Amino acid sequence: MIDPPSTLAIAESFLQPMGPVAAEQLRHLKLVTLLTMIAVVPVLVATPLILWRYRRSKPTGKYRPNWESNRVLESLMWGVPILVVTLMGVSLWNMTFRLDPYKELGKDPLQIHVIGLDWKWIFIYPDEGVALVDELVVPEGRAVELTLTTDTVMQSLRISAIVGQIYAMPAMTTKLNFLAARQGEATGMNTQFTGNGFWKQKFQVFSVSQEEYEARMKKVQASDLALTADTYALLAVQGTAEEAKKSLNIEDRRGPIEMVLGDSKIFQRVLARYMVEDMTPESQPGSPSYDPAKSPLPAAPEKPMMDMKM
Amino acid sequence: MFEALFGRLTWDSIILVQEFEDPNLNTFITAGAAAMLPVGGALVVALLFWMKWWKPLFEWLTSVDHKKIGTMYIIFAVIMLFRGVVEGILMRVNQAVGLNGGFLSSDHFNQLFTTHGTNMIFFVAMPFLIGLINIVVPLQIGARDVAFPKLNQISLGLTAVGGFLIMISLLVGEFSTGGWTGYPSFTGRLINPGVGPDYYILSIGIAGLGSTLTGVNFAVTIYKMRAAGMSFMRMPLFTWTALCTSILLIFAMPPLTACCLMLGLDRYLGFHFFTNDMGGNLMNYINLFWMFGHPEVYILILPAFGVMSEIAATFSGKRLYGYVGLVAATMCIAVLSFMVWLHHFFTMGQSTTVNAAFGIATLLIAIPTGVKIYDWLATLWGGRVRFTTPMLYLCGFFVLFAIGGLSGVILANPTLDYQLHNSLFLVAHFHNVIIPGTLFGVLAGIYYWFPKIYGFRLLDGYSRITAFLWAFGFILAFLPLYQVGMMGMTRRTVAYENPALVPWMVVSGIGALFLGLAFTFVLLTLWRSVVNRKKLMVPFGDPWDGRTLEWWTPAPTPEWNFAVLPKVDGRDAFTEAKAKGTAYQPIEKYEDIEMPANTYYGLIIAALGSGLGFGLVWYMWWLAIICFLGCIVTVITYAFLPERKKIIPAAEVREIDETWRRAARESRGVTRDDECNEANQGLARPDIITNP
Ligand code: HEM
Ligand SMILES: [Cu+2]
Ligand SMILES: [Cu+2]
Repeated sequence: MIDPPSTLAIAESFLQPMGPVAAEQLRHLKLVTLLTMIAVVPVLVATPLILWRYRRSKPTGKYRPNWESNRVLESLMWGVPILVVTLMGVSLWNMTFRLDPYKELGKDPLQIHVIGLDWKWIFIYPDEGVALVDELVVPEGRAVELTLTTDTVMQSLRISAIVGQIYAMPAMTTKLNFLAARQGEATGMNTQFTGNGFWKQKFQVFSVSQEEYEARMKKVQASDLALTADTYALLAVQGTAEEAKKSLNIEDRRGPIEMVLGDSKIFQRVLARYMVEDMTPESQPGSPSYDPAKSPLPAAPEKPMMDMKM
Repeated sequence: MFEALFGRLTWDSIILVQEFEDPNLNTFITAGAAAMLPVGGALVVALLFWMKWWKPLFEWLTSVDHKKIGTMYIIFAVIMLFRGVVEGILMRVNQAVGLNGGFLSSDHFNQLFTTHGTNMIFFVAMPFLIGLINIVVPLQIGARDVAFPKLNQISLGLTAVGGFLIMISLLVGEFSTGGWTGYPSFTGRLINPGVGPDYYILSIGIAGLGSTLTGVNFAVTIYKMRAAGMSFMRMPLFTWTALCTSILLIFAMPPLTACCLMLGLDRYLGFHFFTNDMGGNLMNYINLFWMFGHPEVYILILPAFGVMSEIAATFSGKRLYGYVGLVAATMCIAVLSFMVWLHHFFTMGQSTTVNAAFGIATLLIAIPTGVKIYDWLATLWGGRVRFTTPMLYLCGFFVLFAIGGLSGVILANPTLDYQLHNSLFLVAHFHNVIIPGTLFGVLAGIYYWFPKIYGFRLLDGYSRITAFLWAFGFILAFLPLYQVGMMGMTRRTVAYENPALVPWMVVSGIGALFLGLAFTFVLLTLWRSVVNRKKLMVPFGDPWDGRTLEWWTPAPTPEWNFAVLPKVDGRDAFTEAKAKGTAYQPIEKYEDIEMPANTYYGLIIAALGSGLGFGLVWYMWWLAIICFLGCIVTVITYAFLPERKKIIPAAEVREIDETWRRAARESRGVTRDDECNEANQGLARPDIITNP
């Protein structure tokens, strides 16, 4: 494994971990590789040696055409892989529980709701009453819990330098817990293919100090743009965030789309739409005939929606 | 009127027309590919007329001879491999220059990875292996044909229908963009109302039916038709893997058929199995698909393991080490392969316990797989290893497959899969097991058994160069993708924005070009060998000093395989007979041989199936209905027609067989020193063994 130059300003992957989850994943990768080597290296070494020793042109080992089994060898052949797999199984089990994406990484994690659209992400901060498109700002050192869904096809959100991925599925929610241990900038993306704009569906993640975070939230709270069912329907049109700015009439604004939360129940309403509606080509975001004017969101349900956790 | 006749097919659906209306590089590439179909078709027809090959062609197409059917599977696979390799190269080159966008449009790229994946799995790898199984298994178990020869023809016909649909989508309309996995709701009717996903489900659905039937056919053949004395524990290893593969086909293909049917109902009739709304759930599709999908990868690898076993024993002049262990390991893998499907979606949000359990189940498969590799190495130990072409593939396989296994173990860890899922690391992993595993196995197997069926060897020099090119190209093209995947690049992405990836992608692109060269050399080898076939003849039928029954016939093998059905009293029956000097003793009594006669059954089913598929894709309901009813009528009619047999008189059999045996007794044969020379006529002389 060759680490790319560490001078890169933006952490692209878990090879430059920015948080404990990614760091442990990297460590685990190295451990698994080493353990597997116990079984693989003998093959890599023995292949050329045996070929050389028993080459027909000039052999140095004895010819034993009927040799077909040997107790000791047989038990080694089964024993070594069994041993390696047992060791690995233990570490697999432990690590899977330790890095469970549903496990909160601190008390009272910052709650963020995420809606995946073609080809952008909406990050809703219910407590701050704001929403950002294609930008995620989190305070350094604070546990964060994302609750994800999508309003089109299945997507998968990954911020490699901080945490692995989790699917986002329509009518369902999944959770992703993480923590950014230091300040910096990382790339997040959708890894599940979703069509033509898929490769552009990336977002910036900023891990900033608590003060910066608060300042940033204040600034967004002052935005004149509100996330309501109407603006949401426009955002749901296929295209990148930059392209969405046109339909929102904010083409001249630079940086991510910043909105106040006009409708605090919007996340629940998006989830609810697949429970109560029979979708049509016009109302289904992601469909070629999608029409924002014909895609109303239902009222928020009384009870909270189902959680994916099985 | 027009609509009733042509459904949703319009003038603009035809790709060549699109090129005319909107010329650019992308439509040029698609149009070029599309043009190859009519142009290639016209050339073939012209050639047939010119050479008066019509008669032999129909002789082949209506044949129920397992060797001919196997050959047709392999020819089909080679044609489809051509397409798959070209598509792979296009994608790789596009990404080599793909920082912020290459020369392919996104839509074009998306179709490319979908057709490439679908094509490579269903119409290259599977037909290759099923072709080999067809050719080799009846010979290895000492039978004259498979249990159900006509069913075998139908399986081939259904596979061809799938191939027809994926090919015709080049010319009319478009293929799916949903990847070879075709997850809804992306492939659902709201998001993707076009013909692409319909082509996808119909091509793999119909071909999948054919594969199920193949599974049934070969399971029965191996259970019922083994030579006298061939108990299960005396079966050659390739036959063992073929048996396991058949069982896997029987149990793994139905979930795929169900998947395609349900998605079809969603798309055609507005059902809600996998839709976003009305209680549909895409997670059910994903589970069903991988209940087929994971066993499928073992369908692809087990027969290749079988080939490797045969080669290891033959070319080291030695008994297979750990036969019992190898059989047990094969069975273990077959059973375990049904218990791990969830590792394809660790990231769906299910509970940690489920993930951990499936992760450990996946690790377990590494145990029998590791044992197999050790067994083959031990087979070489104490042998006299000849570095023939199959041996080169085997060596490449040892080293490269070990790396593929390593990355598989890495991906089995849910923790790591959270990072590497959907990345190019995964793409590197599966190519790393499929190319050095399946493809090397198939290529080695073709080189190994080719002289048996066609009577002449493949040219040695060309074959060796080909093997090196595949290995070299593979290393360049796919090992860099491990690094790129760890650096965060996802699969199925037409372009990327991280400049640090460029050097790796360039190396990978160059590697893909070498793979293209390797494929060219496959064709070149074949062509040069056919031209020089006179010098490569091995009429005695045993060019490699083989150990199992298939080498105990002349080459090319006569239609009836064995003049008299052999009796077996050991694992390496032929080797033992040769050692005792009884291999070519005269036989006293010959009997008439009854073989199934040629039939148009498969051909008719293939034609009707193609019409059915095409009609459904384009909503030409009349065509679909006629073809569907036609299929039913055909099946019923053939069920009532009396079985037609072809009798081969004992005198004719005696004539051929006695000549062969006599010549073998009177000739000296060659030692292994002359194995790859013109002197090799396919008769093995006891080898001179030097002991240090
Ligand atoms: C011969 C040289 C080959 C080349 C150059 C090649 C190249 C590629 C490329 C560029 C992709 C797309 C990767 C991406 O998603 O970004 C791909 C995907 C794939 N390839 Fe190959 N490949 C080759 C051989 C094979 C073979 C032999 C098989 C199987 C028998 C195979 C099966 C697949 C599958 C299943 C996919 C996934 C398609 C999907 O994403 O749905 N490939 N390959
Ligand atoms: Cu779900
Ligand atoms: Cu699997």
